[in-house]
Amino acid sequence: MTHRVARFRQLSDAIAECVHDGDTVALEGFTHLIPFAAGHEIIRQRRVDLTLVRMTPDLIYDQMIGAGCAARLVFSWGGNPGVGSLHRLRDAVENDWPRPLALEEHSHAAMANAYEAGAANMPLAIFRGYQGAQLPSVNPNIRQIACPFTGELLAAIPAIRPDVTVVHAQQADAEGNVLIEGVLGVQKEAVLAAQRAIATVEEVVPAFERRHPNACILPHWTLSAVCVVPGGAFPSYTLGYYARNNAFYLEWDRISRDRHQFRRWLDEQVFAASPEVFAEHARRTA
Amino acid sequence: MNPLAYTSTELMTVAAARLLSSDDVCFVGIGLPSAACNLARLTSAPGITLIYESGTIATRPTVLPLSIGDGELCETALTTVSVPEIFRYWLQGGRITVGFLGAAQIDRFANLNTTVIGSYARPSVRLPGGGGAPEIATSCGQVFIVMPQTQRTFVERLDFVTTLGHGQGGGERARLGITTRGPTKLITDLCVMEPVDATLEMVVTQMHPGVTRQQVCDATGWPVVFAARVEQTAPPSALELDALRELHRRTAVARAAADIRAAAVVAQA
Repeated sequence: MTHRVARFRQLSDAIAECVHDGDTVALEGFTHLIPFAAGHEIIRQRRVDLTLVRMTPDLIYDQMIGAGCAARLVFSWGGNPGVGSLHRLRDAVENDWPRPLALEEHSHAAMANAYEAGAANMPLAIFRGYQGAQLPSVNPNIRQIACPFTGELLAAIPAIRPDVTVVHAQQADAEGNVLIEGVLGVQKEAVLAAQRAIATVEEVVPAFERRHPNACILPHWTLSAVCVVPGGAFPSYTLGYYARNNAFYLEWDRISRDRHQFRRWLDEQVFAASPEVFAEHARRTA
Repeated sequence: MNPLAYTSTELMTVAAARLLSSDDVCFVGIGLPSAACNLARLTSAPGITLIYESGTIATRPTVLPLSIGDGELCETALTTVSVPEIFRYWLQGGRITVGFLGAAQIDRFANLNTTVIGSYARPSVRLPGGGGAPEIATSCGQVFIVMPQTQRTFVERLDFVTTLGHGQGGGERARLGITTRGPTKLITDLCVMEPVDATLEMVVTQMHPGVTRQQVCDATGWPVVFAARVEQTAPPSALELDALRELHRRTAVARAAADIRAAAVVAQA
């Protein structure tokens, strides 16, 4: 096999190539390393009919849902962490605004297992879960399977296989290998489960310094594109670079409550902006 | 102000913290559970292992996190593992002795709703959903629930059963093949409730100082049962109150400092 160097791309080119209308898309990052800059780029390119997959939709999917990108949401906890509701998500579910949003709802354990099953190239995830819970009555993708050895009834859900996964990370090296440190979430599983994958990173280094032998590294050949987007996880955080901007999470409660206020924010901060604005946000928070 | 005067939220947090020991391995939710677990670590249970679902194991935050995956949790943890690992090996693997939960609604058998108010298909209020709770409630050795007690939250009938408590009563968990104990303590701002008899209905076993039975009944959407012997909660000690207030003070200072930096960014944004 020939040596392949990962393609460093502009974020706009990577999104244009990898994310198509109607795709199943996972932008992952568990509180940490949420790829906001990539989410904004998807909004700017006006993708529609997406199935959005994420354990915690967080502000990033609240923004994409409010912008009309999503037809369907697969999730396990849809709140603004430490603050309250995701108002754009609620408006879509409760009032069909800006368009109806179908929900496929799971528990965290289920989604974590389903990403892992996807990475392992299995058709389903099997785990001990949902016992006595009501979600299986409203989600036909939650079923039971009997252990062929003991007869124990276990929960089963389909593996998650996104058309494209997007993650944010600290660094890429010159070859395009990507290093993730800190709260790892389900990013590695989500990348390996997907047909295509994009990583945005804070910076490129010639080689990773003090690389721990067990470090979480995505080899460049698991990624379709690597994009250098400093601050690309703002207002979430990148361990070692900048802290979570809790004030923005609180401010979002006000911005997102009102449709007009949200539209104005979207016009000013997304449609009139570019990925470069994230660098400034991060620099000021660091 | 009397230095030992305290709020009902402080008492609820202290009463919850007292239930934990240094031998416990605790799966912690954000909010009141996180405050109680960290207070326990700073007072009566210095050896307790705190695990958050973001994958941080044996974390010792100096301030309370706003989110489940704050950098503080990772930086002060013994180790941080992936989210699939935390749910598969550590939670499903049976390594957790206590799960600590809150909820939007609870019923007399400590079943919890954090999904919807109204119908699932057309909710009047869409709540965040289950997150880790459905499996925390069945995989941890036992479950403590901490939440303020009101007619709105302590209801006769849940709009949605997000998370199993004791189902419809005695024996239901066993019939489902569940081997863990489920909710054993419900700590509110008025009292402590426990499933003391075979029905496993949560009954009042402990009343906080100055609280009347009528207050408890008025704040509950089902006819409350009181145990034959109801204890009185000891008021918070000076040590407990100092530790809790110092924890909140450190948290406020850290957030204010972060907010000053962050506000500049928001103003620019």
